[in-house]
Amino acid sequence: MATTAEKIIGTQPDDRGHFGVYGGLFVAETLMEPLKDLRLAYEKYMQDPEFLKELDEDLANYVGRPSPIYFAQRWSRELGGARIYLKREDLNHTGAHKVNNTIGQALLAKRMGKTRIIAETGAGQHGVATATVAARLGLECVVYMGAVDIVRQEANVYRMRLLGAEVRSVESGSKTLKDALNEAMRDWVTNIDNTFYIIGTVAGPHPYPAMVRDFQTVIGREAREQIRQQAGRLPDALVACVGGGSNAIGLFYPFLDDTGVGIYGVEAAGDGLETGHHAAPLCAGQPGVLHGNRTYLMEDKDGQIIETHSISAGLDYPGVGPEHAWLKDTGRAQYVAITDEEALGAFHALTKIEGIIPALESSHALAYAAKLAPTMESDKIILVNLSGRGDKDMHTVAAREGIEI
Amino acid sequence: MSRISQRFSDLREQGKTALIPFITAGDPTPGITVGLMHDMVSAGANLIELGVPFSDPMADGPVIQRASERALEHHVSLHDVLQIVKTFRERDQNTPVILMGYLNPIEVMGYATFAGSASVAGVDGVLIVDIPPEEGEDLLQSLRDKAIDQIYLLAPTSTPDRIGRICNAASGFVYYVSVKGVTGSSQLDTTAVAEKLEQIREKTALPVGVGFGIKDAATAAAVSRLADAVVVGSALVSRVEALQETPDEIGPALAEILSGMRRAMDAVH
Repeated sequence: MATTAEKIIGTQPDDRGHFGVYGGLFVAETLMEPLKDLRLAYEKYMQDPEFLKELDEDLANYVGRPSPIYFAQRWSRELGGARIYLKREDLNHTGAHKVNNTIGQALLAKRMGKTRIIAETGAGQHGVATATVAARLGLECVVYMGAVDIVRQEANVYRMRLLGAEVRSVESGSKTLKDALNEAMRDWVTNIDNTFYIIGTVAGPHPYPAMVRDFQTVIGREAREQIRQQAGRLPDALVACVGGGSNAIGLFYPFLDDTGVGIYGVEAAGDGLETGHHAAPLCAGQPGVLHGNRTYLMEDKDGQIIETHSISAGLDYPGVGPEHAWLKDTGRAQYVAITDEEALGAFHALTKIEGIIPALESSHALAYAAKLAPTMESDKIILVNLSGRGDKDMHTVAAREGIEI
Repeated sequence: MSRISQRFSDLREQGKTALIPFITAGDPTPGITVGLMHDMVSAGANLIELGVPFSDPMADGPVIQRASERALEHHVSLHDVLQIVKTFRERDQNTPVILMGYLNPIEVMGYATFAGSASVAGVDGVLIVDIPPEEGEDLLQSLRDKAIDQIYLLAPTSTPDRIGRICNAASGFVYYVSVKGVTGSSQLDTTAVAEKLEQIREKTALPVGVGFGIKDAATAAAVSRLADAVVVGSALVSRVEALQETPDEIGPALAEILSGMRRAMDAVH
């Protein structure tokens, strides 16, 4: 498709981590030098052929990349309309896209001489992915997890402990992902000399949003090649769920200059945007500063961060990566929201019709694709990021439906 | 001369180190704070740091986190904190008041509106934990327009370069965070603090305060040999927490701690 639009890829962030007015570096003084050290290491090693070779080999042999794309033929036919392809990040080692990033950051930690890894986790997927790479590299690992999330994701808590990580329950604030992030930051500021903080999403202070994006863009780079080979052309629409937004930016980024490709990020509408019980800062929040960056937030009129709600722990976060805030304002991506009910509907549909049990997070993206597909012609293509598998959600889904397992 | 600079200059003439207590506004209830501020001044406080409650206090340890949570149960907002300062000023026009907190409540109010209201209320300085000078140009300008000092933190990890840059943006005084960690954390090492203060004084003539780790009269006295101001927070706030069911006892309890520190500090000089 001919286009005169300006290129986006490679333009963001600026050298101080700004995506337009978003992003940046809003942290206490103690973290400024450690963040600079991290930025310098990241810039150095992303140019280092040996580092990149080791990363590629790990992604191939340990994670199992490339992950396939799969044409969901029966489901597409049932919905009537566009053809839906799934990028199968659920087939990665540890069951989600999170490991793409933890492998990268852990290799960086090793090169920086750090012996201790910390992480925050919501659904537990990032915690598991971090504990996994820490085990493999022989690094001490502490994972902070909200007390509420520990209850609803107990299988993942056990997995982390099996992998040798210490899971610390966070009892402050709303006892969910944002509080786990606060606590991990407090640990980092106290143990800077030997500790590397592996943030799991494209939020936090610079360089995290750019660095995590760069480690996750392997999703979009592969998918762009694969869809061309399988379908003979680029897709008409990309769909991915957005909590912090790492799987979404990983898929979207390599397509940003393909102006014919529509981009849809799907937030968690929880009980419905109108109820206020949701986790959709881009759809229903306003800009502010939290966790080291300026971005859209769920906040009250006094600037206090408010509690979020989503059936999926991985989307239960009051902020969002600054690059998504920027993509929203520029209009390059659209952000929409899907309720708990709608996500559950898609969860069951994909399970029954395609034999694939998706994570509740990814089910939000699937539910939006199911709305979009019937509005499009049957020669159109939607590519959905199936960011994780649903094994971890058995208890949540069963409990919701009054079943004991 | 700003009220903060005036106070430091007077203390220097008297050969005294400033004692700066921190409490969170509205902890444990909004009605108690103004009285506590007066009590602390009577007990020997020279400046007051008033914490603005925030839902996500990333740089604070558990003691001050819980103080924020108690205040937020009463929905204490930035507006309310400014009202507290205004009421304090009715009886005390001399003791400088510094607001300490996080950026987002100010961001939501708007920088210029905040600076205007803070100036009218009688706020002398602002210390925002999560805005380094690199991100703070607009806010700094708004505060300068209203002659409000911006107090910056310096840390053990700050390089000489950064110290220079931060001191250039700062006014009133600078605040050295004596430990790597959150508020109320481990014991401070006075030898390491002394070395760092020497580096800082090479870069600035501003008074230097030291905080994060002042637990009792002995540490206050030790630090007062080195610094121009001693900041004490968690040691006071943990008393507030312990006495929250008997709020009448909070004022006398804080006064006792502070007068003990005051005596120990004055005995050093």
